[in-house]
Amino acid sequence: MPSFVIPDKCDGCKALDKTACQYICPNDLMVLDKQTMKAFNQDPQMCWECYSCVKICPNQAIEVRGYADFVPMGASVTAMRSSEDIMWTIQFRDRSIKPKRFKFPHRRGVQEGMAQPFDQFPTGDADLKSPTLMSEPAGLNTERGKVKIDKVLTL
Amino acid sequence: MTQFETVTVETDLLICGGGMAACGAAVEASYWAKQHGLKVTLVDKAAMDRSGAVAMGLSAINQYVDLNSGNNTLKDYVDYVRNDLMGITREDLVVSIARHVDSTVHLFEKWGLPIWKDKDGNYVHEGRWQLMINGESYKVIVAEAAKNALKEAKGEYYERVFITHPLVDGDKCVGAIGFSVRENKVYIFKAKATLVAMGGAVHVFKPRSTGEGFGRSWYPPFNSGASAFFTIYGGAEMTCQEVRFIPVRFKDAYGPVGAWFLLFKAMATNAQGGNYMKDNAAELDKWEPYGKVKPAPANIRNWLMMLDVMDGKSPIYMQTADAIKKITDQAADEKEAKKKLKELESEAWEDFLDMTISQAILWAATNVEPDKKPSEIMACDPYFIGSHSGASGAWLSGPEDLQTSETKSEYFWGYPHMTTVSGMFAAGDASGASSHKFSSGSHAEGRIAAKAALSYIVDHPEPPKVDQAMIDGLLKEVLQPLETFEKHKGATTDPDINPNYIRPQQFMYRLQKIMDEYAGGVSSQFKTSDKLLEKGLELMAFLKTDKEHLAAENLHELMRAWENVHRMYQAEAHMRSILFREETRWPGYYFRADKPTMDNTNWLAFCNCVYHKDTGEWDMIKRPVKYITK
Ligand SMILES: Cc1cc2nc3c(=O)[nH]c(=O)nc-3n(C[C@H](O)[C@H](O)[C@H](O)COP(=O)(O)OP(=O)(O)OC[C@H]3O[C@@H](n4cnc5c(N)ncnc54)[C@H](O)[C@@H]3O)c2cc1C
Ligand code: SF4
Ligand code: SF4
Repeated sequence: MPSFVIPDKCDGCKALDKTACQYICPNDLMVLDKQTMKAFNQDPQMCWECYSCVKICPNQAIEVRGYADFVPMGASVTAMRSSEDIMWTIQFRDRSIKPKRFKFPHRRGVQEGMAQPFDQFPTGDADLKSPTLMSEPAGLNTERGKVKIDKVLTL
Repeated sequence: MTQFETVTVETDLLICGGGMAACGAAVEASYWAKQHGLKVTLVDKAAMDRSGAVAMGLSAINQYVDLNSGNNTLKDYVDYVRNDLMGITREDLVVSIARHVDSTVHLFEKWGLPIWKDKDGNYVHEGRWQLMINGESYKVIVAEAAKNALKEAKGEYYERVFITHPLVDGDKCVGAIGFSVRENKVYIFKAKATLVAMGGAVHVFKPRSTGEGFGRSWYPPFNSGASAFFTIYGGAEMTCQEVRFIPVRFKDAYGPVGAWFLLFKAMATNAQGGNYMKDNAAELDKWEPYGKVKPAPANIRNWLMMLDVMDGKSPIYMQTADAIKKITDQAADEKEAKKKLKELESEAWEDFLDMTISQAILWAATNVEPDKKPSEIMACDPYFIGSHSGASGAWLSGPEDLQTSETKSEYFWGYPHMTTVSGMFAAGDASGASSHKFSSGSHAEGRIAAKAALSYIVDHPEPPKVDQAMIDGLLKEVLQPLETFEKHKGATTDPDINPNYIRPQQFMYRLQKIMDEYAGGVSSQFKTSDKLLEKGLELMAFLKTDKEHLAAENLHELMRAWENVHRMYQAEAHMRSILFREETRWPGYYFRADKPTMDNTNWLAFCNCVYHKDTGEWDMIKRPVKYITK
């Protein structure tokens, strides 16, 4: 059962208007058992092990157990995602191999929710029929480039 | 029967899907819609933050042409794509995307995506066209910009609404129909133009793992052929439906190999240590001129590997330890070597953790330390992903300014990236013959198509004509599986075994068995023939009529029912196109045993098809390949 829920940690997202795991699963797998108020994966065979539910759960109640039909038991990969970084811990089946820990950034310079879609670069013309997209041609250039592109290229 | 509320949404531009292409479309459309007072609506079956192929994240941006550096030209990119697809490519579309993709990538960076930089501040390339990123939140960031754009332009988005069918008025697309997977609501979207961006398809073929790991296909199980169905059923001409993609990846968990091959320069060998790319090089003559270009086309690399597999020389290994040793050997002293090893280790694991976490679990569970021993690689199963190294999708008009006097009459009919159905546009995996756009190019194509769609709307401001009888018919058809289940569920003691209906899961298994055994799936090492395909189509005809007996217990299962109907149309278009193309051109993707060689004289051509929903007939059409580069 690829993603699984630890009953003691899951509170059914009582504090939210909808459960986080059900909201996020791209394959509509996480559901809440209304009786127990605990979430579960309703079709583990369709799970991609994408960890979207794991990363979003406010109580760290979801983990992943490798697919039983080809993954030997005993290893684990856990994720802790904060607003700018993600921390991974990899535990090997063979406990004599030292667990690995990695921390990677996942966004830089822009606060969550603040990605500003327009006006990052000026747009060259206002003609709906021209090939110039929003932010072009200026946005085709970088400070690092050798050439400056002043119109959208053709061959 | 449960009552369903019908919600009617009227809009100018409807974007179907919420993935990379759709998010690009939402940003671009919102920018222009704001200026022209138009409304944009986006519909996704999942939550945009984590929907589609980039749900988990990615570790690289695979298309960056870097035009501004002066190192590459548009023609360089076209040469690469054309050769990889064995000559079958729409150069005008490839250029159309390539000339915009850099600006898309620069926007990603402005939105907060961490792109690796070297000490001089230049992007770190994985290969010539690929950039390394810390991409765990790639999709979250791209979706955030799209949502903010929609908000600024007073547009709207619907999540958890599953699109089933297009709405068509004569030869024009006037919107779409779908249902909520959360509440009893059916949605009628009436639109002046519609942009299809619902990804590609997996689980059309039987995957290698059929137990719990069934869902661990390389391609995400949630992209189920909705784009293909939408365009096929809407009457759009389709192209390259035979050009499936079979990636070679680490075995079983399908972790990426790109960083190993490109960044770490690792070699793959057979079990005896033989280099199949060298040992089987004589085979390349058969696939000239494409067989001889560098880098060798993806399908040819598969093929040379598969020759060894069929010769009993597997397992095939990625020689990770050798690659790491070679890199650390270059270090000046032991201390630096250790530091380098640590760096490589972190890069290698991040490559998995950013986009195929299962592979990290599998390595940990089998005690793999890549610097100590090699790891097995393997060809996955067949997928439909027009944005990657496959090419299946809708046949689109190219931009006018990229046509030559020879191509214009064939490849241009008014609006860039519009299908042959008026007002229906397509991008990303939904559009064909423009491979190697990947995440960034799909976003760029969404932007191009969205701007074109708005210019179409300005030229065609009349409100969409939607026939009520058509809607009534579709509403009944869409909800039928729920009714079928209710009506018959009491007939047996086991709801799964009932002579009156078939549940979506078994329907999918039946489809997969047909495709696997007759259309060159995993179990036949991707080999098929005219006779096998004809038999497969015969069995498919039964499945098509049994579609009327699909049963669904709840909304989730109703979605599964329609996903599998969508897959079935992708499957049929695929079989018919393989049959139509009387040669073998991509031996590593599929092999037609009765036509084992490439025939450039007769088949350097596109195999297109059009479905007529009123008669159920398919027209197969051969269209010329015309290049715009010299
Ligand atoms: C495993 C893997 C690794 C990859 N690695 C890389 C890489 O390293 N670098 C790179 O640049 N590219 C990579 N790619 C390619 C990249 O992910 C795709 O090119 C890109 O996502 C295509 O964009 P799209 O919008 O067409 O599809 P997607 O991004 O997949 O979006 C499809 C959207 O359609 C929605 N949808 C589907 N069906 C329906 C329906 N019926 N109704 C409503 N909505 C629906 C989905 O929810 C989703 O929002 C990779 C792809 C895969 C599968
Ligand atoms: S997100 Fe976590 S706490 Fe909330 S319902 Fe799901 S498992 Fe339970
Ligand atoms: S791991 Fe991904 S696919 Fe599996 S249940 Fe969680 S969110 Fe869904």
